[in-house]
Amino acid sequence: MKIGVFVCHCGENISKTVDCSRVAKACAEIPGVVHTEDYKYMCSDPGQNIIKQAIKEKQLDGVVIGACSPHMHEKTFRKVCNSAGINPYMVEIANLREHCSWIHDDIEAATRKAIDLVHIAIEKVKYNEPLIPIRVPISKKALVIGGGISGIQASLDIANSGFQVILVEKEPSIGGHMSQLSETFPTLDCSQCILTPRMVEVYQHPNIKLMTYSEIESVDGFIGNFKVRIRKKARHVREDLCTGCGDCTQKCPIKKSAVSEFEEGLTTRTAIYVPFPQAVPNIPVIDTEACTYFKTGKCQMCVKVCGRGAIDFKQQDSFVEEEVGAIIVATGYNLYSIDKKPEGSIYKGYGEYGYGKFKDVINGLQFERLASASGPTSGEILRPSDKKQPQKIVFIQCVGSRDESKGISYCSKICCMYTAKHAMLYKHKVPKGEAYVFYMDIRAGGKMYEEFVRRAIEEDGVNYIRGRVSRIYESNGKLIVKGEDTIAGEAVEIDADLVVLATAMIAQENSSSLAQMLGVPYDKHGFMQEAHPKLRPVETSSGGIFLAGACNSPRDIPESVAMASAAAAKALVLFGSDVLEREPVIAKVNESTCAGCFYCQKVCAYNAIERKIIKDRLGNFIKEIAYVNTSLCQGCGTCNATCPSKSVELIGFKDDQIFAEILALAEV
Amino acid sequence: MEDKKIEIWEPKVVAFVCNWCTYTGADLAGTSRMKQQTNARLIRVPCTGRIDPLFIIKAFESGADAVLVSGCHPGDCHYNSGNYHARRRWIFFKELLDFVGIDSKRLFFSWVSASEGKKWVDVINHVIDTVKSEGPFLKYKNLKKEFEIPVELNE
Repeated sequence: MKIGVFVCHCGENISKTVDCSRVAKACAEIPGVVHTEDYKYMCSDPGQNIIKQAIKEKQLDGVVIGACSPHMHEKTFRKVCNSAGINPYMVEIANLREHCSWIHDDIEAATRKAIDLVHIAIEKVKYNEPLIPIRVPISKKALVIGGGISGIQASLDIANSGFQVILVEKEPSIGGHMSQLSETFPTLDCSQCILTPRMVEVYQHPNIKLMTYSEIESVDGFIGNFKVRIRKKARHVREDLCTGCGDCTQKCPIKKSAVSEFEEGLTTRTAIYVPFPQAVPNIPVIDTEACTYFKTGKCQMCVKVCGRGAIDFKQQDSFVEEEVGAIIVATGYNLYSIDKKPEGSIYKGYGEYGYGKFKDVINGLQFERLASASGPTSGEILRPSDKKQPQKIVFIQCVGSRDESKGISYCSKICCMYTAKHAMLYKHKVPKGEAYVFYMDIRAGGKMYEEFVRRAIEEDGVNYIRGRVSRIYESNGKLIVKGEDTIAGEAVEIDADLVVLATAMIAQENSSSLAQMLGVPYDKHGFMQEAHPKLRPVETSSGGIFLAGACNSPRDIPESVAMASAAAAKALVLFGSDVLEREPVIAKVNESTCAGCFYCQKVCAYNAIERKIIKDRLGNFIKEIAYVNTSLCQGCGTCNATCPSKSVELIGFKDDQIFAEILALAEV
Repeated sequence: MEDKKIEIWEPKVVAFVCNWCTYTGADLAGTSRMKQQTNARLIRVPCTGRIDPLFIIKAFESGADAVLVSGCHPGDCHYNSGNYHARRRWIFFKELLDFVGIDSKRLFFSWVSASEGKKWVDVINHVIDTVKSEGPFLKYKNLKKEFEIPVELNE
């Protein structure tokens, strides 16, 4: 074998601490190396030409580059060598920059280490074999999980580009949290007015298959070729027959026993219900826990009034399987539960604020419903306990957020803004009322955000108090809020009529199990992890799976929408080509030595190991052995390390390649 | 080779790291210019699940004074579960090491994610400091001498 070694100076980045010419000289003595060279910038045009020329002149069949991390320029150098006639997989990179020159000061020791690192790569390349990338077709259809504003935006962007989208929403209607909001900051335009047209657009779009009241059961496969199983929960109302006339919901005798999820528990709903009037699709769902028929077998009022015969008590959950090429996760957020410590949760509750105990201590979303023209009070601010207009209202920011003692260290990002909005809305509706805001800091970074907060303080006369609230208790029909004003340095006591807590945004309850199903990393709070915090903010480390909105971290509407469009663009990049090239690093079974123990099958995370029967020429059974499905194998190599007879090997990281690397370090 | 001659004993540490977390974490330490000791030699594998216990034995046999295995945090494996298989393997393997007479204190495991450049530096320095205080690993080398065929006989 003829190996060429090329050592890059990377300007001074490597050569400052590594004597590159000495590395090249030392490597020239290693058996198999026929050419060594060092140059200022190997990745530059002249540098690439040096490599190409040497390959041609010395007829090299293996190349080792001592340069930056393979994550940086492996592709570049593979391309260079390929253009000079060498198989790209006959190239190995020794990481002399990130793993050597940048982290050491001692020139002698760093140079010695650099020689070792190049030596390791040389020994590996001796066992490399020419490989051809795997080409797999792409199914040009996207799955969007979550029908909030992020999911809606991503679906519309992909659908408008001419590709099919399946939008899965677990609730009976799309719209998400945005549909619950009254007005939005910093423009105070009505949330539903800007959202509902988009919801309708999704429903009517020929390229979008909308599946509400549905959940993801399982996800298999890989980028370009996911197989998704979706559970369509039984609505007990046939979507193909229902016209959304609303007769059933009006006549349902169960009026009070079920709380309205959409109204955040501020009011009740019927057993057969549509979450809110503008719901998309406008098809009711039967709450089987509240419905008399499901409890006693009687009533059937909805069946009687439905002229279309759309009610189907016998309907069962059904399953749909879909093949998609890309998945966009837009599952959004939840609000931190403040009344008690949720079971099995890492978070602690805020018992001292009495949420759940005092009726007039509510959270931000509940206030949204109170302020909303379509809400239970038709937009009048009336406190839940006695439906009176509160004359003194206290808003408390950072309830949960930025409070390590409650288990949340992060900032929920939107609370400063929505509290300012709430206080403003209150002052607009109750001009004589007094509004107080307890805050830790005001974080109003965003276009027109700071101006918005200033407006609340200066024009609308909201009293901002810097400090925390220690306790809230009831006395004579008032809520006594005890806190401190850290600027004045004194204790504060306010006898409020209504208290609104700006509770933290947390990940959806099941986000970690969904993340596990998708193979997407998530943080300790359950927020899904992006591939790179700066440069790959919407991608995940799993190819073909992208993130949009608050499933990644707390975000406001404009950011979620921007992220959704970015995720859609990433999916569209994928759909731009017909086949996907994959690294040929996959496992391969040696059929003559495999004894068919199938330990490999047990450890494979991708179900890539299948069974294959070997027969002789006459068709007699010889043995059953393992067989690798190349389109499923992701190349982790766990099977290789598990196989007792070393009959399955990971191409590109075979045993002899790694042993050669280790032996390179042996003292000669 | 001249360059490989070691005058004062410096430990040799072989580190098997996964491509997605620890290797990238070590890259991050590099881009952040976090200085560390020079004794570690990294061998990149796709996943800790790929690491055969034989690699570790081979590394000791080839003169390593310590071996470090590092991958993604549990739950964060790029390949879903490779690191769990690896972890289970090491639990048994460590006991086996003691049994065959290799001091298992020379074998280190860690989870270093792609964002933990600082942790990587700490791990590397800890491994090197520990092995420095333990001294060179001679057992294997002595064994080798014992079983080496004398040159005269060989000829």
